[in-house]
Amino acid sequence: MIRFEQVSKVYSGGRSALDNVDFHIAPGEMAFLTGHSGAGKSTLLKLITAIERPTMGKVLINGADVGSLSRRAVPFLRRDIGIIFQDHNLLMDRSVYDNVALPLLIEGFSNREIGKRVEAALDMVGLGDKLAYAPIHLSGGEQQRVGIARAVVARPPMLLADEPTGNLDPKLSMEILRLFETFNRAGTTVLIATHDLGLIARMRYRTLTLKQGRLLSCEPEVAA
Amino acid sequence: MSRGRRKVSRFRRWRSGLGQHLRHFLSSLGELWRTPVTSLMTMLVLGFSLSLPTLLWVLANNAAKVESQWQSAAEVSLFLHEEIADGRLKTLLTQLRGMPELIEVTYHSPEEAMTEFRQHAQFGEALDYLDENPLPGVIRVLPSVRHADPVAAAALRDQLAQLPGVAMARLDLDWLTRLEALSATGRSAGAALAVLLLVAVVLISANTIRLSILQRFDEIKVMKLVGATEAFIRRPFLYGGFWLGLMSALLALVLVNVMLVWLDGAMAQLLSLYRSQFRLDGLDVRQGAAVMAASCALGWCGAWISVRRHLRAIEPQ
Repeated sequence: MIRFEQVSKVYSGGRSALDNVDFHIAPGEMAFLTGHSGAGKSTLLKLITAIERPTMGKVLINGADVGSLSRRAVPFLRRDIGIIFQDHNLLMDRSVYDNVALPLLIEGFSNREIGKRVEAALDMVGLGDKLAYAPIHLSGGEQQRVGIARAVVARPPMLLADEPTGNLDPKLSMEILRLFETFNRAGTTVLIATHDLGLIARMRYRTLTLKQGRLLSCEPEVAA
Repeated sequence: MSRGRRKVSRFRRWRSGLGQHLRHFLSSLGELWRTPVTSLMTMLVLGFSLSLPTLLWVLANNAAKVESQWQSAAEVSLFLHEEIADGRLKTLLTQLRGMPELIEVTYHSPEEAMTEFRQHAQFGEALDYLDENPLPGVIRVLPSVRHADPVAAAALRDQLAQLPGVAMARLDLDWLTRLEALSATGRSAGAALAVLLLVAVVLISANTIRLSILQRFDEIKVMKLVGATEAFIRRPFLYGGFWLGLMSALLALVLVNVMLVWLDGAMAQLLSLYRSQFRLDGLDVRQGAAVMAASCALGWCGAWISVRRHLRAIEPQ
């Protein structure tokens, strides 16, 4: 599902962010991506979402080569990936409902279908009663869950989370991770970037560790 | 890749695509409504910029109407030989009246010419000393509209001068040529001004849309991240330009009509001095629709320029 083949990324100016990274995440797998800040986690995620292109090597997402993807094809690649951001990236002047509905609007679903799916997604993250709220009136954990609902509402085969528990206390963090496990059990491929090592230790999933742009360990998959 | 994988059937996709257009079409109007003062200001500026070219257009139409009235008045005077026989004169008149190029033929005898000359000139008494009437007979002919422009009228004059019994044919060409040149100059000056103002309309619309793009910077970034195509992101802004154009066209039409009413009053007074019954024509429905269509197109164009330049620049980091 996500395959990196000897991928290097050098930014203009010469800073090397990723160096010869090689890994594969199989469909339906759940994995963590960890490393200190500046280790290349963000770059790796940007390569998966075609925000950046690899300098060398190949990034294959669902069989599509990100390096040679045309501009027009990028949106369609991103529709296959539900992205969850550390800073939520919610539209603060829209309601929770409108935020979650956005990916469905873009894909051209009918209003009725959108209504059903948005409610289902919000129920799943436990915010079924806050459709009409403005995100700004929600707590950090709730905002994060709105972001998750938005990422899963179009039922993408792949979820990508960038520090999803960054600002949350341990209890809330665990709840969010349980949520990801639920999606994973339903067949979604999940990749979570985090520096919360304690969190990772408690869950037994494959962990990709980056250090200064190199992949240190790629622990073999352990059945959950 | 999901390009081939459809989550929605083709028909429903098509129908919801139409729904999306409608939604964007209406929401972009709502977007203008969200900042009423700014939108109104922009529309006023656009309306003013549009009203001048529109007014110029109306005036050009009216000028063309007046000109056509004056041009058809360009008459040719045929001075006859003094010793022309009555029979010859009659034949000549019949011949002239049969010419399709002429719409009016009137004969003035030497006696009539004398009487008229006496009335106008101050030397009535001096004329009494003349032994005989030195004035020739004159036939005044009016060319039809098709033969009234300077070139055709000159050709007609030359043709008429060849007729037997005609000593000389005269056409006051200079006046016509001058009028023609003057109105041509006026027209090109007006056209240049109109082009400048229309370009201004495009630029104003482009700038307004640029501001609204920048205002929605975060939203555009998020939309790109969740897989919105450029067309999808572009659409509300293009419709925004369209609405700006439409609103400012309506404003311009109101302004122009107010100006016309005001001008018409002033003109009527001026023209009554020249014993003219001329009234200003406004815009008819078709012309009004043309102004609106052009304005919508210009607003859309401006939006398009802006969208092209700025949407690409907004990329998720």
